[in-house]
Amino acid sequence: MSVEIALRHGFGGFTLDVQFGTERAGVTALFGPSGAGKTTIVNAIAGLFRPQQGRIVIAGRVVLDTATGSFTPAVARRIGYVFQDARLFPHMRVADNLRFGWRRAKRPADEAEIAQVVAMLGLEGLLDRRPRALSGGEKSRVALGRALLSAPDILLLDEPLAALDAARRAEILPYLERLRDETRLPIFLVSHNVDEVARLADDVVMLRDGRVVAQGSVFDLLTRIGGEIEPVGAVLDTAVGEHRDDLTVLRFDGGELFVPRLARAVGTRVRVRIRAEDIMLARDEPKAISANNLLPAMITAIGGTGQADIELAIGASRAVARITRASAARLQLAPGVAVFAVVKSVIVDSAS
Amino acid sequence: MSAEEWQALGLSLKVSSVAVFAALPFAVAAALGLARARFPGKTVVDAVIHLPLVLPPVAVGFLLLSVLGTRAGLGGWLFATFGIRFVFSWTGAALACGLITFPFQVRAIRLALESADPGLDDAARSLGAGWFDRLANVTLPLALPGIVAGLVTAFAASLGEFGAIITFVSNIPGETRTLPLAIYSALQTPGGEAEAARLSLLSIVLALAFMTLAETVRRRSRA
Repeated sequence: MSVEIALRHGFGGFTLDVQFGTERAGVTALFGPSGAGKTTIVNAIAGLFRPQQGRIVIAGRVVLDTATGSFTPAVARRIGYVFQDARLFPHMRVADNLRFGWRRAKRPADEAEIAQVVAMLGLEGLLDRRPRALSGGEKSRVALGRALLSAPDILLLDEPLAALDAARRAEILPYLERLRDETRLPIFLVSHNVDEVARLADDVVMLRDGRVVAQGSVFDLLTRIGGEIEPVGAVLDTAVGEHRDDLTVLRFDGGELFVPRLARAVGTRVRVRIRAEDIMLARDEPKAISANNLLPAMITAIGGTGQADIELAIGASRAVARITRASAARLQLAPGVAVFAVVKSVIVDSAS
Repeated sequence: MSAEEWQALGLSLKVSSVAVFAALPFAVAAALGLARARFPGKTVVDAVIHLPLVLPPVAVGFLLLSVLGTRAGLGGWLFATFGIRFVFSWTGAALACGLITFPFQVRAIRLALESADPGLDDAARSLGAGWFDRLANVTLPLALPGIVAGLVTAFAASLGEFGAIITFVSNIPGETRTLPLAIYSALQTPGGEAEAARLSLLSIVLALAFMTLAETVRRRSRA
């Protein structure tokens, strides 16, 4: 299920000129500051905005090609669009909102599928309510369900968390993770929040001033110094190895991480994040230390402004440690030097 | 109240109901055009639609007579071809009332359409709803309070129409003599003041009732 996007459009002083794509199901984050053109891009993918030049191919269907003049209107694009402001129909119950796209999708009806989406998004208790009576987080979930049930070929999520406060965000994030893991769809997630991207995305397309300034895997792009994105530390996809006493061992490409016991079966995939500030470095292997996680690493680059950002290779995985310049000088850190990364704390996002 | 007075009331209600419901589809179309479409001469179209609000009703009646009278071009053709005749008929009174109160309906529906979130239309499009589908299932249901408020206001205004009716279809008891015409006729009759007073009071009560109803609908929709 591949998606190819190439767009060019001039808006007076601003020119949008982007080209990117994805070959597989999974989350591609369109990441960048506001005004970078993110929403315009998803509107063009959805068919709600018609660019001056462009070509968009979704799952083998050419839905836009200005060279040949072909244009599939939004109505026929089979794209699930979750708008920033949910846009539920206020005169319909939640159940009717959910069925709106489903009824119009060209395929046999399947009540089981509705039940499955309702269960996945925890909407059981909301079906008879009107959108007016829903909280912000509930509205987002209904909008997700409505888009999913329209049997789309891809999903567009335009800052689905932006309108929510921290508590609501925390409430909806697990649902987005389930969405990513349980649907086999390419998902484009618009976001300006790096934590959100680190938690949800597989690939990242970094946008600035209407242009793609970087693109690649989330594991790579968020753990690179001197790039377009301030490094976050580490983003790792791990698998539950075993449970040992009150700890769970997570295995990844480069070693093992010990985290407080997780109620997850052995083999379950778990995405974890480590903040750059939570990685300490040691030249020699520390013997008596309270930290559970000690990973042999190799310095690949050093940079950063103010503090020192040390880019590390941990096996086939990558990380960035943020330490003081004084420490970096004292330890005589340089590219090629072998160190031990002491991980103070691991953020476990969810099963993935 | 006398039988004739009841007849005038019944006729008024019939004429006004037919007038506003017959005008409704045109009002919806006009409101959609003014709220959504962009076309050259929109300001002129807007002004023409609102013309009956400011034009003397007698002038509207005269215009109708010159176009739809049996000796006029269109009216003569309609009568000769289909046997349709508006003059001296209650249907003509309804036509006059529908035209005069048309701006009230267009205005209310247009306001409702313009206050609706345009994003909902995009949402419906992305969910696979075509033009008519969106109109029938999203746009119009959301504008329903405005449509009802417009209908009720137009109905109330229509009950009071006098000049256009008397000019276009004359003052025929049981056919075109609505409440205002009955009041006028009573005043022309020696000793008819009591009847005129009764019918005037009745008009006031009706007008108040429908205006209150329209306002209630408008309030409800905002809550």
